[in-house]
Amino acid sequence: MKESKKNLGSAKYGAHHWWHQRVTAVALTFLCIWLIISLTLLTGSSYDAAYNWLKHPLVTGLSILVVVFTIYHLSLGLQVIVEDYIHTEITKVITLMLINFSCLLLGLTCCLSILFVFFGGN
Amino acid sequence: MEKTRPLSPHLSIYRWQISMILSILHRITGVGLGIGTLMISYWFISIASGPKSYSTAQWFFDSILGKILIFGFTLSLVFHLLNGIRHLFWDIGLGFEISTSKKSGWTVVMLTFIFTLIIWLSAYIIKNTYE
Ligand code: HEM
Repeated sequence: MKESKKNLGSAKYGAHHWWHQRVTAVALTFLCIWLIISLTLLTGSSYDAAYNWLKHPLVTGLSILVVVFTIYHLSLGLQVIVEDYIHTEITKVITLMLINFSCLLLGLTCCLSILFVFFGGN
Repeated sequence: MEKTRPLSPHLSIYRWQISMILSILHRITGVGLGIGTLMISYWFISIASGPKSYSTAQWFFDSILGKILIFGFTLSLVFHLLNGIRHLFWDIGLGFEISTSKKSGWTVVMLTFIFTLIIWLSAYIIKNTYE
């Protein structure tokens, strides 16, 4: 614990981090309720139904928001966990990089997929 | 007040246990939701990739493994969401009292099962209307 606090350095960064975790949490409360209801309604639906659902501008927009907020919230959360448990500096830095790059890649892929459908791909 | 005093240590250990468990669960479900995020991502990507990929994704989500994963995902998401709201109330300084936090903790546990059940029942009924 002591070690992790020392490595965390500035409290400023921690506060900024903490704040973003809360902002995304508030947004996700509403977005996740929307997503749960939508996916429940789409259970077992045909390709066309899912495709046309995603193509609707409102759905496209909300889906991108869900993806972006979820993945950002996830990366912030995983970062806190890594900082709590990994105390070797080099391992920590590499793990954090992997988390950040993976999240970035995943978010980008999802957003491109959603936009691809929106612009009439396939 | 005097009468309840001897019970206090016991009660405080009890509260410590439920809040401890829920706090660990918040972390575990947080990581678990990362896997759920991968599944949702796969679903979005499969829609963009066309009908064949979509039916592969549907086959996977409909398999035993898929169902177990989605059930865990539903349970985790509902719990994390409700307990997250509990966290947010603490952050604005509400609900810290021992009795309140114990009550809200158990409420979260109960609602998690109730909402998960409602979601799965609805999904089951809706899926049957498609078939
Ligand atoms: C799929 C969506 C979500 C994912 C992947 C996710 C993931 C995570 C992770 C990994 C953490 C870190 C846990 C820790 O530090 O112990 C976390 C923390 C948190 N999550 Fe989520 N979460 C999601 C949705 C939500 C929602 C809907 C809320 C609604 C309120 C929420 C509220 C919070 C809060 C308040 C924290 C901070 C808890 C703390 O400081 O200990 N999360 N989340």
